[in-house]
Amino acid sequence: MEMPVPDSDVLSRKARVVERLRGVLPADAVIDDPAQTRAYECDALTAYRCPPMVAVLPSTTGEVSDVLRICHEEGVPVVPRGSGTSLAGGALPTADCVILGVARMNDVIETDYDNRIIRVQTGRTNLSVTGAVEEDGFFYAPDPSSQLACAIAGNIAMNSGGAHCLKYGVTTNNLMGVTLVQMDGTVVEIGGAHLDAGGLDLLGVICGSEGQLGVVTEATLRILHKPEGARPVLMGFESAEVAGACVADIIKAGVLPVAIEFMDKMLIEVCEDFAKADYPMCSALLIVEVEGSDAEIDAQLALITDIAKRHNPVALRESASTEESARIWAGRKAAFSAIGRISDYMCLDGTIPVSELPYVLRRIGEMSEKYGLPVGNVFHAGDGNMHPLICYDANKPGDLELCEEFGAEVLKLCVEVGGCLTGEHGVGIEKRDLMTYQYAPADLEAQMAVKDVFDARWLLNPAKVFPLAVSEQRRGVQIAAE
Amino acid sequence: MKMSKLKTEEAIADAVASAQGPLAIRGGGTRSVGRPVVGEVLDVSGLSGVTLYEPGALTIVAQAGTPVAEIEATLAAENQRLAFEPYDLTGLLGTSGASTIGGVIATNASGPRRIMAGAARDFALGVRFVDGAGRVVKNGGRVMKNVTGYDLVKLMCGSWGTLGVLTEVSLKVMPSVEAEMTLAIDGLDPSRAVAAMSQALGSPFEVSGAAWVDGQVWLRLEGFEASVAYRAGMLRSLLSEFGDAAEVNADWATVRDAKPLQQADAVWRVSVKPGDGPAVIADVPDACETLMDWGGGLLWIGQTGGGSAATHERLQAQVAALGGHATLIKGPEDVRAAVPVFQPEAPGVAALTAALRQRFDPQGILNPGLMAA
Repeated sequence: MEMPVPDSDVLSRKARVVERLRGVLPADAVIDDPAQTRAYECDALTAYRCPPMVAVLPSTTGEVSDVLRICHEEGVPVVPRGSGTSLAGGALPTADCVILGVARMNDVIETDYDNRIIRVQTGRTNLSVTGAVEEDGFFYAPDPSSQLACAIAGNIAMNSGGAHCLKYGVTTNNLMGVTLVQMDGTVVEIGGAHLDAGGLDLLGVICGSEGQLGVVTEATLRILHKPEGARPVLMGFESAEVAGACVADIIKAGVLPVAIEFMDKMLIEVCEDFAKADYPMCSALLIVEVEGSDAEIDAQLALITDIAKRHNPVALRESASTEESARIWAGRKAAFSAIGRISDYMCLDGTIPVSELPYVLRRIGEMSEKYGLPVGNVFHAGDGNMHPLICYDANKPGDLELCEEFGAEVLKLCVEVGGCLTGEHGVGIEKRDLMTYQYAPADLEAQMAVKDVFDARWLLNPAKVFPLAVSEQRRGVQIAAE
Repeated sequence: MKMSKLKTEEAIADAVASAQGPLAIRGGGTRSVGRPVVGEVLDVSGLSGVTLYEPGALTIVAQAGTPVAEIEATLAAENQRLAFEPYDLTGLLGTSGASTIGGVIATNASGPRRIMAGAARDFALGVRFVDGAGRVVKNGGRVMKNVTGYDLVKLMCGSWGTLGVLTEVSLKVMPSVEAEMTLAIDGLDPSRAVAAMSQALGSPFEVSGAAWVDGQVWLRLEGFEASVAYRAGMLRSLLSEFGDAAEVNADWATVRDAKPLQQADAVWRVSVKPGDGPAVIADVPDACETLMDWGGGLLWIGQTGGGSAATHERLQAQVAALGGHATLIKGPEDVRAAVPVFQPEAPGVAALTAALRQRFDPQGILNPGLMAA
């Protein structure tokens, strides 16, 4: 993966930059010792590593503003970092950058049940947002698999999804307002406790901009009352085609489950080994979850199982207890770490129209044979967001490159059938060079124009999202001292 | 001045690229909102038709000039619908014509179900548009989850044609419901009404509409029949302290289209934190009529007779202090030309907005001044 050559001028001014940062932050919030900056050398895309020049851990919006203003004046690139769980390399540093970590900013600022909002500092983890309100019966809906660790800052940057977004939407649908610090240190408030924008929907474009438009330090999030109950049903089928047809029939019947998850044989085995959820061994497993009172759940599951029965399931089992439900979900949410125990892997994230599922799965199987690399499939079947997991051996020369080539072919296929490169993980560096397959030059130009407006010098996370050749001229822009 | 109807995206791109001055973009012509735009009419209504509909994938793609009624009929045939419940302003504004899907998306027009299901912006999956330089741009796509690159789809939603002329939109659609029921509680003042609606919306019973109409709180439940009946029972006991929640025949288009305010000379649409709704209502002149939607978070305020310029100034100042926005949806043309029709933004936000407009419409020819001078 190509990254820009570090700016030697910036590197030569390291001591001065560190000194200026120490002038605005507590001593322990500026990390420049190479032994310690190494802790920030990668995110969850561990195949790529590069220690940053400096890492800073501000505690307030004011400190973030000071850091960004100094870096702006010094022309130093800044890579924002939540918890470092990006699977796309969104928080991968460059050698000449300042990593700005928001981990120390994790307070709940306001909880307001009457208006169904919570305002938090963005270093707070996804699950601990729900943790702050669950005793009172509320929850924050987006639930990425990494929710125990991932920060709201990163969720906003990547517009993270989760297993239950079929009903509740992804981050952007649950985000109401942000405090955004721009690269020059300007602090702006966008949105708030009210719905929708009065002018242009800046919040909509900030969410999912991968830390390239500003650093979000506080966020107002929508919270909801928990449903009275929820229950998953497991359905095993003899093939992915049949499972796909069953999903389409469920959706067409007017039942909208909160989640429809798919696992193939390889994933069923590794997840079962990990979670002991008693998954049925079959070629294609669906986990379908519905919510409501017991009677409502019974009624919805009756409809759903009727539909499933028409597709001759090889297994059909409702969860019998909350403990069993928890195990079923623990297995699914641990899919990536479970496969990580047996192999190095690369996780793809393309989305396709659900009608193309059988075709795409067949093609992925063919590619797996061609490249000689095993692949497992786990994905959000209701919305077509696939997660093929390609296994490779990091210690075998050439295997990573082969795996990347395989991945690129899969993602191009996703675009070809009417889908996209990434459904919820983000572009980062991982899909950066494939952007030209999905977007024409004018499409990318329009997106880059937005970055020009928020960050004219292209100092925020500059080597991500857009192919380096496409953004080259902009990244070189040195605007005369303002 | 009016151009002939353009039938293709290419023709629209040519028209924009060769424009000699400002363009007033027009779909069905049902939304005469904002500062009056002086310019040649660019009529998009000829660009019409559903281009793709996959009920099993919950997605529909249509050209921007497609009438909303046509899309709703197409969806209804498969027992599906637009969940965000777009409003129709023809009654309120006294306009004729057929509201188009491009107009709905360009104005982020969402009705009562927004409180539960989301706004037009939340159901827009992809757009194609022509920017102010005549360039065709696409963003997003037709799949439900997509974080590939920046989300310009949302930026276009609610930009009222000032960043680009929409030519095609992809939308997520939802299944229709088997049953709908409205419970009403009489005799609640705005504060008690919001308290009741907050209780209902903060419950697990999935209220899909919470409005205050003529002193009566309306709460809508939708879904399978048995589930609606069960939840209605639960809500009744939950809200017993506010009075008897009786089942009524309610037409939610009344709320969606602000029908009770049709006779008013000036009408505002105000979005605030639901708990702030009653304070805003208390502060407008006594003669104003009001309607609350979104559990108190959306206010429709109507004023008959003169004084709308003063009310406007006061309302926007109060909303600025509380957080939110007030838009003059209907008003005398001289007032609309003189006041900031859309809520003025804080300086930092206004600077970003102006810079974005400059980048997407460098010559300032797309609905210039409609949202901000």
